[in-house]
Amino acid sequence: MKTIEGYPEYMMKSIKLVEKKREKNMAEPVKPMSLKDREKMLSKYHPDYMVGTKRKLRVGIDKDKLLYNGLVDLLEAKPVLDTKDVDLSKIDYEVDLLIIGGGGAGTVAALFAYESGVPLDKILIVTKLRHGDANSMMAQGGIQAADRPEDNPTLHYLDIYGGGHFTNKPELARALALDAPGIIKWHEDLGVMYDRHEDGEFQELSGGGTCRNRMHSCKDYSGMEIMRNIRDESRNLEIPVLEFCPVAELIMDDKGQVAGGVAFNLETFEYYVIRAKATILATGGSGRLHLSNYPTTNHYGATGDGLVMAYHAGANLLDLDTIQIHPTGDAYPEPLVGILSTEKIRGLGAIPINKNGDPFVFPLEPRDVESASFIKECKEGRGIVTPTGMPGVWLDTPMIEILHGEGTIESKLAGEVRKFKRFGIDMTKIPILVYPTLHYQNGGVEINEKTETKLPGLFGAGEVTGGVHGKNRLMGNSLLDFNVFGRRAGIYAAKYVKKAKIGKLTLSHLDKYNKMLEQAKIKPTKTAPIILPEYRGEMTISRALDIF
Amino acid sequence: MSKKEQVILEEPEVKKAEDVEKKAGTLEVFIMGKSYKVPAGLTIMKALEYAGYRYIRGCGCRAGFCGACSTIYRLEDEQKLGFDLACQKVVEDKMYLVQLPFVPAAKAEYDIEKIRPSESKILEYYPEIARCVSCNTCSKSCPQDIEVMKYIQRAIRGDIEKCAEISFDCIQCGLCAMRCPADIKHYHVSQLARRLRGKYIDTRSKNLSKRIKEIENRKYDSEIEKMIKMNKQEIKELYKNRKIEAEEGGS
Ligand SMILES: Cc1cc2nc3c(=O)[nH]c(=O)nc-3n(C[C@H](O)[C@H](O)[C@H](O)COP(=O)(O)OP(=O)(O)OC[C@H]3O[C@@H](n4cnc5c(N)ncnc54)[C@H](O)[C@@H]3O)c2cc1C
Ligand code: SF4
Ligand code: SF4
Ligand code: FES
Repeated sequence: MKTIEGYPEYMMKSIKLVEKKREKNMAEPVKPMSLKDREKMLSKYHPDYMVGTKRKLRVGIDKDKLLYNGLVDLLEAKPVLDTKDVDLSKIDYEVDLLIIGGGGAGTVAALFAYESGVPLDKILIVTKLRHGDANSMMAQGGIQAADRPEDNPTLHYLDIYGGGHFTNKPELARALALDAPGIIKWHEDLGVMYDRHEDGEFQELSGGGTCRNRMHSCKDYSGMEIMRNIRDESRNLEIPVLEFCPVAELIMDDKGQVAGGVAFNLETFEYYVIRAKATILATGGSGRLHLSNYPTTNHYGATGDGLVMAYHAGANLLDLDTIQIHPTGDAYPEPLVGILSTEKIRGLGAIPINKNGDPFVFPLEPRDVESASFIKECKEGRGIVTPTGMPGVWLDTPMIEILHGEGTIESKLAGEVRKFKRFGIDMTKIPILVYPTLHYQNGGVEINEKTETKLPGLFGAGEVTGGVHGKNRLMGNSLLDFNVFGRRAGIYAAKYVKKAKIGKLTLSHLDKYNKMLEQAKIKPTKTAPIILPEYRGEMTISRALDIF
Repeated sequence: MSKKEQVILEEPEVKKAEDVEKKAGTLEVFIMGKSYKVPAGLTIMKALEYAGYRYIRGCGCRAGFCGACSTIYRLEDEQKLGFDLACQKVVEDKMYLVQLPFVPAAKAEYDIEKIRPSESKILEYYPEIARCVSCNTCSKSCPQDIEVMKYIQRAIRGDIEKCAEISFDCIQCGLCAMRCPADIKHYHVSQLARRLRGKYIDTRSKNLSKRIKEIENRKYDSEIEKMIKMNKQEIKELYKNRKIEAEEGGS
C-alpha cells in the first residue's frame, strides 16, 4: 500500500481540506451543547443507550438489574474454583491485610495501611502480572485537583456530579473533591515531578466536562510518574508482593466475613490459601472484556475479576449498565487501533474535524457526549474509513503548534509523538485519526466513604468500585480516585484489622452460587473470573489438545 | 482451569488480524527459533498471539508504557541486534526474536525523607555508575530513544536535575541494564534522581498549601453540604449555569 506521510494515498484529499480550513476552524470554534442537546446526542449514538448491548442479570443480589452483556456472561458463568479442589485447612499466608491488585489503588492502600500501623510482614499485595502492570501506569493526561485561586473544591464537586449525570453517590464525590489537594501534596512529598510554571505553580489544563482548568500533568506520562513513585516507595519499605498470582475467589468465614482469598500461581498452577483479617479489592477495570465489541485502551489484566469474585461472595454492584468509551482511541494505523491518544491533545487545543475538513463538536464535551458525536459523524458518512474498515475522524494536532508555539507537542506530548513516529506519522504537522475505544469501567462494587463494601472485611478502591463517578467519569478523576480511595482503604482497613476476629474459613458461598445458577435454570458452559483474555488465533485454539 | 472451559471472548484484535492477512500477505518470523507464518502489519506481540502463544510474562499494558515486553531480535543475514518493545514494534520478514521475561537488577533502598540531593548522593547509592566506559550501548538499546548514557553521565557529575529531565520517559524496561558492560542499572539510578528532584529541587506550589489549609479549616464543607441537599432540579440548574473557563480561551 502506497502511503504519503504515513497515510494511505486516498486519505490525502481529506487531509488537504483539514489543512485548508485550519485557520478558519480555529477562529470559529463550535459551542458546547446544551444539556438537552447532550441528552439527545447520547440517546441516539452512545452504546449505553442502544438496544441489544445489555440484558437483565438472572442471578445473585443484583438479580434483574440491567448490565452489559459481556458482564452478564461472566456473572452467569460458573465460579472458576471447584471448592473440592481447595484445602482450606492448610494456610499458605497468614496476614492482617490482603490487598488484591498491585496497581495504583492497591499500592497506595498498602502505603497508608503501613503508616496506620499494620506491620509490614502482615501486609500482602497479591497481583496478576508484575507489580505496576496496571491501568494506573498508562494514564497520560493527568489528575484533577482544585487548587488554583480561580477554582475550588465546590466547583470540582459540581463537575464530578454533573459529569456523572447526577447519579454518583454524593458523599463519594465529595470525598474525591475535598481530598484531592492533599493527594497532590502527598505526591510532592514522594517526589512526583509535576509540570510547573517557573514560580512553582502547576501548569493546569482543562479537561472534558470541567469548568476550571485543574488538570495536573507529568508530561504525557502522568500515571506512570505517579505509579513509579508509589511503587518505589513500597519497594523501599519492602512491602511484600506476590506477582503472577491472581486471586481467583475470595474466602469467607462462618460468620459471613470476607477472610482472604485463594490465589493461583500462573506459572506453577498451584493455589495458595491466604487468610486475612481484612481484604482490599483493588483489581481495577475490565476493558479487556471488549464489551459491545469495542477495542480497548486497558492493560492486559483488566478482565473484571474483582467484580466477579465480590459478586460471588454477595457484594452488590452499581452502574454497570454504562461503559466509558473514550472519544480518541487510535483508528489508524492498524497496530495502534484502540490505543489511547490522550485527552490532553484536545486540552491543548486540537479540534476534531470530519472528512470534509469541518469541525462538528465542541472539543471538550464530557467523554460520552464527545464519543457519541464522533460515532454520529461516522454513521452519517462524514468519517474516514481505513483500509481495514475502521472508521475515524481527524484530530487536528498541528493546531496546537499554532496556538502555543512550535515545539509544544514535542515537549508536552512526547509519548504520543514517539508512538506515531514509528509509523511515519508526524503529528506535529499532520492530523491523527481517532475513533472511540473502551476505556473505563464507570461502576463496580459499591463502597461508602470508608471504602467499606456490603461485606464485612471487604474494602474496595479504584476502578473496581462503583458510586464515585456515577454513570460517567470525567478525565483526571480516576487517577485521583485510586489515590483518594486507596488511601482511605488503607487507613480504614488498618482500623478494622485491630478488632477483627476471623472464624472458620469456608468457600461455601461458591457452592451456594452454583445452586443459585441452577435455580435460575442457567446452565453455564463457561467459568469466571477469566484472569486473562484470550487472543490466540482461532485456528490454534480449535486445534488445541488438553493432554498436557 | 482447562483452556476450553474458559469464556472465549470475541476478539476484535485477532479478527482484524485475519482481515489484514488477506490484504497485506504473510511473512515468516522465528519465535525463539521456530518458524511461523503471520500476517504482515502486526506488532510482535499480536504476531506471537496469532501464532498461538498465550502471554503470561512479557505482556503488560500493550501500549508502550510498562516495559514488560522488551524484545531482542535479529533479521536473517543481518549483523546488528535490534531492541524494542513487542507491543510497539511491527514484525518484519525473517525476524528472529525472543522476549525478556524478567530483568535481574536490584534497586538501592533509601528513605526519601532522610536523604538530600547532594552532588554525590547518587554515586553513594549506585557507585558503579563511575565505571561507565562511555560506549553508548545503553542509548542504542533504548526503545524510548532516551539518551541513556547522557543521563548516567549527568548523574556521575551530580547534576540530578538534568538526569531526572533526560530520563523522564523511561519505562523501566531494563534493556539498557542488560547490555551495559559496566553492570549499571540505569533505570534505578534515574528513578532516584527523579524522586530527589521532584521532592527537593522543584519549587513547590503556594496555591496548593493555601488550599489545603482552607480545606482543613472546613471552608468548603457547608457549601458542598448545601449542594448535596439540593433537589435534582436545583443542582441541575446550578450545573448548567456554571461558568466554563475553557470557553473563555483559558490556556
Ligand atoms: C490508557 C489509559 C489512560 C488513562 N488516562 C487517565 C488520565 O489521564 N487520568 C485519569 O485520571 N485516569 C486515566 N485513566 C484511568 C486510570 O488510569 C485508571 O482508572 C486507574 O489508574 C485505575 O487504578 P486501579 O488501581 O483501580 O486499577 P489498576 O491500576 O488497573 O490496578 C489493578 C491491578 O489489579 C490487578 N489485578 C486484576 N485482577 C486481579 C486478580 N484477579 N488478582 C490479583 N490482581 C489482579 C491488575 O493486574 C492490576 O495490577 C487511564 C486509563 C488508561 C487505560
Ligand atoms: S552501556 Fe554502560 S558503560 Fe556503556 S555508556 Fe551506557 S552506562 Fe556507560
Ligand atoms: S532507559 Fe533503559 S530502562 Fe529506561 S526505557 Fe530506556 S532502555 Fe528501558
Ligand atoms: S506491554 Fe507494556 S510496554 Fe509493551
